[in-house]
Parts: sequence; structure tokens; C-alpha cells
Amino acid sequence: MFNVENIRNDFPILSQKVNGKPLVYFDNGATTQKPKQVIDAIVNHYQTINSNIHRGVHTLSQQSTIAYENARTTVQKHINAANSNEIIFTKGTTDAINLVAHSLGKIWIEEGDEIIISEMEHHSNILPWQILCEEKDAVLKVIPINDAGELNIDVFKKLLGDKTKIVAITHVSNTLGTINPILDIIGLVRKHSSLLRGEAGRGADTVVIIDGAQAIPHMKVDVQELDVDFYCFSGHKVYGPTGIGVLYGKEKWLNKMPPYQTGGGTIKTVAFEKTEYTDAPLKFEAGTPAIEAAIGLASALDYINKIGLETIAVHEQQLLEYATKKISAIPGLKIIGTAKEKAAVLSFSIEDIHPMDIGTILDKLGVAARTGHHCTQPLMECYKIPGTVRASFSFYNTKEEVDIFAAGIEKAIKMLG
Amino acid sequence: MDIDEIEEEITEEFELFGDDWEGKYEHLIDLGKSLPIIKDEFKTEDRLIKGCQSRVWLHSEFKDGSVFFTADSDAIITKGIVALMVRVLSGHTPDEIVNADLSFVDMIGLKEHLSPTRANGLVSMIKQMKLDALAYRAKA
Repeated sequence: MFNVENIRNDFPILSQKVNGKPLVYFDNGATTQKPKQVIDAIVNHYQTINSNIHRGVHTLSQQSTIAYENARTTVQKHINAANSNEIIFTKGTTDAINLVAHSLGKIWIEEGDEIIISEMEHHSNILPWQILCEEKDAVLKVIPINDAGELNIDVFKKLLGDKTKIVAITHVSNTLGTINPILDIIGLVRKHSSLLRGEAGRGADTVVIIDGAQAIPHMKVDVQELDVDFYCFSGHKVYGPTGIGVLYGKEKWLNKMPPYQTGGGTIKTVAFEKTEYTDAPLKFEAGTPAIEAAIGLASALDYINKIGLETIAVHEQQLLEYATKKISAIPGLKIIGTAKEKAAVLSFSIEDIHPMDIGTILDKLGVAARTGHHCTQPLMECYKIPGTVRASFSFYNTKEEVDIFAAGIEKAIKMLG
Repeated sequence: MDIDEIEEEITEEFELFGDDWEGKYEHLIDLGKSLPIIKDEFKTEDRLIKGCQSRVWLHSEFKDGSVFFTADSDAIITKGIVALMVRVLSGHTPDEIVNADLSFVDMIGLKEHLSPTRANGLVSMIKQMKLDALAYRAKA
């Protein structure tokens, strides 16, 4: 039985006061708070088995290696990957996308090829592709959105061509909350590829990479069901530590790709004449990884699975619905992002008031919300606004907190208007 | 009044609010609203100081040995602090401006707004005010 008060007791940070007011933490889209189970897992690692992993013959090194590899298996099961070799630990989502753009880009993209992204992408899923296109003389194509903040799938179908080599889309928009129909999108890509294959054209495959940073905390993701080539997310947005992220990649791609960074752990044999690299995932994990962070991430996934992703989704959707209704009633307030399918993200702007001013007053009231362009400047350009105020909810938030938030917005308008 | 005296005057003005953050911010917002708006012809790209979130425009002129500033911002709380900076630094000699330590910001409890991570353009604006003063001093 889901009891939000019990849940909140697991998160030590939530009981504190900020600026003399009880903390209302609505910046979960930026990073989530950590339950004591995750904090304990990290502390426990350092207090009991800390040692460098792989290749160590001594006991602690073996225990540490087992814990790290178990964490990989936890991630594999969580997203239902076929094989734990397909799970690469990265620094985060940004690192994962850069890895694919750099490493796959090297062998996969040629002059004139096309890469499709969308108008709602985070800068992290724009810039690596932009740079790749500049380097290879490839072309970046952008799927537009409608007023509600949904992808225009008809345009996407037209953009898909015989030169489309990569499609890189976000699962959930960090600014708008829109849940994109990635199952349909991947289906369209596969259908398109099989048609091309029928014509025996060059490069019949199109690689799909999904930025799952904002989806993983809110919903079940099954990479095999999706038939996605690459899927990535960050540990800290799903109640785990910072400095750890995940890149899922189909083995067939990972084995073709050259290493991204090179160094310790990535090799079979090194000689000055020629080096032979090992297979995925270690080929892509140069240097000592964030061992305790991987363990912390596994603990975070265990934690949310214990509550249940469906239970989490129900509570968060109730909060989203309640908050949307509540703040929609505020005069002059416009919700940015009104897609039919939305995760628990609520962005808005207020006529003639700068989002930063609202955020400053909310902060004084103990409410942590995010303001600005949320690293989606092209999207802000679409809406012709300098930024939004964004509240992003977690399963540990409550309706009472939404009430404080809504009253805070009204107070801010009164003071600033 | 010299810069120190103006800083002291502002500190006293804000002391009246004590712990009342609302009063303090309302005063700041009023100051922002009353800031003489920079002339539109000066609101150009080269006078724009880009913060990550709020934008600040700064224009300076050198007359009879003193530097005069006008400024604007699209965010009203930022503009309130901009108004304080203009009040403190405008109308003084380049030397005075370059040497001003602006400790009043800390005294009146608004230091958080001048953090380099705050992304409101204020740190860059103060730097630009001092750079302008240095440039005028070099020319004078």
C-alpha cells in the first residue's frame, strides 16, 4: 500500500527547512533526491568492500567487482536488455549520447547522410549530432512540434529518407513533459528500413537512439519490446547518485564501434605496433569507473521497483492533474506543453513577468522550482518565450505541496505585477 | 556623496526591513520599476550583457571626469539590483568606480544574487561597469 508519508521518511533531505520554510522540492526533472537506502549502499561500499575492480586477485577487489557487475545486471533486468554486455556505464546521459555520436559516428556517417532529431530536444541531444554533421558534412533534420508540444509524425515520415542514418529523439521532453510515441517512431523507422532493403539500397539500416533521461524515473522501459538500438539515461534523475549513467546498445552495434575513450580496462593486448581491444561493455569503460555510483544506481532501481513503477506513475499522474487544474485557474498563467500524453512535468509562463523573478520569490517560500530555458533554447524559440517556470514531480511529492506552490505563484504575481 | 556614503545610505535603507524578506523584495521591485529606463537607441546587442536567464543592458558615458551609467533588465528583481548598482557607481570618477568593493550587497542580504552561478548577468554587469571606467581612465 502506497503511503507517501512513509516514503518521505526514506528521504532525509525532504524534512529540512529552506529559507525558514518547509522544503517543497519540485525540481526532480533536474535531479531527484536520494533515499537512505541509496545513501547507505554508497557508504557501505566505502566502509566494507572499496577496492578497484577487475583484474584484482585479492578478496576486496573481487567483492567490489562482483558488486559492480551485479549493478550492471540490475540495470539489464530493469530495462529488459537481452544481455548484460549491452549495458555500458557512462557518466550520464550526456556522456552516453556523446559516446554514440563519436564512436558510431566515426564508422556510420558519411558525407550527405542525414540525422533526424526533434525541436524539443535537450541541448545534449542536439550538440553532439550538430558537431558530427559538421565534421562529416552530414545533414541535421529536425521534426517540428505542434502548439501542444507533440511531435509532428507526418513530417517525420517525410523526413525519413534513404540517407537517414540516425534518428535521435527524447522519450520524454524535460521542458514540456510530452511523452513521445517512441514505439511508433521506431516502428516507422523499421518499416522504412525494410522497404529500403527491398530496394537493395545503401545503408538500409537506420539507427535509433532514445534519450530516456526523463522517462526512466516515471515509467517501465523495455528495450527489447521497443526494438531500440540505443537507449540512455542518468542515475541521478532516477534517485541514484550523480556521475553515473547508462547506455544500452544492441550488441551488433557495440561490437562494430571503436572505443570512445581509450585507457585502462579497454584492451585485450597492447603493443606499440598494434592494440587489440576487448568487447563491450568494458571496451567503452576506460579508466576506473564510478564504482560506488553504479552500486548506488542499482540500489535506486531496487528501491523504485519495490514501490512499483505503476504505483509511482499513478501517484505522479494524480499530482500532475491536480497541479495542472490548480494553476490553470491563475489569471495570466499559460501552461507550456499540453500534450495528451505527459509525464509529471509542468512548465508555465506568466504574462509580463520574467520566469526568473517567479523562481526567486518561490525560493523565498521554500519552493525549489526551475526557471529558464531548461537547456532547450530552440524549443523556447518555437514558443517565442525567454523561458518557463518548471515544476517536476516525484512520487514523494504531495497535494499539500502543490497547494503551497500554487499559493506561492499567486503571491509572486501580486508582488511582481 | 562618495561611493562609500551611498553604500552606507542603502545599507541603512534596507536595515529598516530587518528579517522581513517580503518588504525587502518589494522595495527592490519598486527600485527596479523606478530605474530610469535606458534609451531605446542604447538597447543594442553590443550593450547587452547575456546572463543565462535574465538579460541586462548597460550604457555608459563619460562627462567632466565622471562616468554615468544607465541600464535595464528584462527581469524585475535583477533590475532592482541593477538600479542599486547604478545608484552607487554612476556619477563618480573612474578611479572611484574601479576601487569600489560593493560590500553593501552582502550587508543588505542580497549577496546570493551576485553569485557567479546565479546566471542573471549581474556579475558580468559589474565587471563591465568597471571595465568601462578603466577604458575612460585610459582615454582621459
